[in-house]
Amino acid sequence: MNQLLVNNVTLVFAFALVLVAMLISYREKLGLNKDILLSILRAIIQLTLIGYVLKYIFKINNVFLTILMCLFIIFNAAWNAYKRNPNTNRNYWETFAALFVSTTVTLGIIMLTGSLKFIPSQVIPITGMIASNSMVAVGLCYRNLQSQFRDQRQQILEKLALGAPIKLAAITILRESIKTAMQPTIDSAKTMGLVSLPGMMSGLIFAGVDPVSAIRYQILVTFMLLSTTSLGAIIAGYLAYRRYFNKRQQLLTQE
Amino acid sequence: MGIIELQNVSYADGDQTIIHHVDLSVSAGDSLTISGPSGCGKSTLLKLIASLISPTSGTISFNGKNQTAYDYPTYRQQVSYCFQQPTLFDNSVRDNLKLPFQIRSVPFDEARIGALLELVDLPLTFLDKKVIDLSGGEKQRIALIRNLVFPPQVLLLDEVTVGLDTRSKTIVQALIKNVQEQTTTVIQVTHDETEIAAATHLIEMRQGALQK
Repeated sequence: MNQLLVNNVTLVFAFALVLVAMLISYREKLGLNKDILLSILRAIIQLTLIGYVLKYIFKINNVFLTILMCLFIIFNAAWNAYKRNPNTNRNYWETFAALFVSTTVTLGIIMLTGSLKFIPSQVIPITGMIASNSMVAVGLCYRNLQSQFRDQRQQILEKLALGAPIKLAAITILRESIKTAMQPTIDSAKTMGLVSLPGMMSGLIFAGVDPVSAIRYQILVTFMLLSTTSLGAIIAGYLAYRRYFNKRQQLLTQE
Repeated sequence: MGIIELQNVSYADGDQTIIHHVDLSVSAGDSLTISGPSGCGKSTLLKLIASLISPTSGTISFNGKNQTAYDYPTYRQQVSYCFQQPTLFDNSVRDNLKLPFQIRSVPFDEARIGALLELVDLPLTFLDKKVIDLSGGEKQRIALIRNLVFPPQVLLLDEVTVGLDTRSKTIVQALIKNVQEQTTTVIQVTHDETEIAAATHLIEMRQGALQK
């Protein structure tokens, strides 16, 4: 296995990269310095804490704790996706349902194929990978729904006035939003190996695994991400569009 | 009892009251014209009747039954609202005229559409015309047909002739007359002097209230 060269001293030197970002923010008056410092501070604290937590969970290898950790990841991913929903009439548990179903179904299928064992060192990182991609897709779906409901308000009103049920009135917007949510994953899959050597594959190569074996894992990850983003976006979209209407099937005014 | 009955209907948007205690009864087959200055609440009144918005107080009934007791899409298929300066959606005229069939889950009837297009002086080949290539008058005619593919019991027209050239206006007015003659109840809002002069039943609206 390769010798990993990142230690505390190298991390301190690498902090110079953060200074580059801060310098640009300062020179261009972007007003991002406070945000950059806060994000770095949060990343260091969160990653250090999770490092110790994962070390403990991997060591005791308990099913209940593993499930709890996976739920914690899904809960947080859902919270972040929920916060990205600009609709004031939003609901957290609908977002949680989208994240929970997309993550567990994808994880379940991968485990059924035998590619993944139910041990914390495998299930937890993969849950994080799946949930974070679903989170991004769900967030994109929400934002697109909001902008399209604003831009196409008149069209929806006209469809409702003709007697269309809300699903038919919103179906074009819904399809477009789901498509937008899935597009980055599809684009990324198209350029994989040509533009990017993605995280899973890079990690395995770093750890000394033969690149050809690493590719197999990356292909598996690509399948997983396609499944989770499509499931997440479709569930979130179908639950979220209804919240732009009231019980009388009238289009709500957005503030 | 009228086909449409409004009892003490008020509507407020935030702090602003737009419709004040309106009582109105429209008999089946009647043709009612509502006129009044801009911003007096005419369009809001039509949207209330169309159930696109709900009254803050008071009741609206259709065929003797409270509006809230209906399945809303079914109600709107019978009490159909045509917007002032309507938007056509998707790509082609066909996409727009298909929607009423999709709503009712019935196959597209090209012969029926052909007859309706003929009524507004447009050929059947117009079906495949792109929406972006249509003039304002053509858009308004297509929008009106969209409301009439399955004739509603009540047709609500919100200044549908505003901004149209003389030819389109004449065609649209002839279509409205044709609809009125076929027992459809028509409630139209207008500023147009000739339409006001030709009205059989005219009510004026001022500051959200109907003038007796």
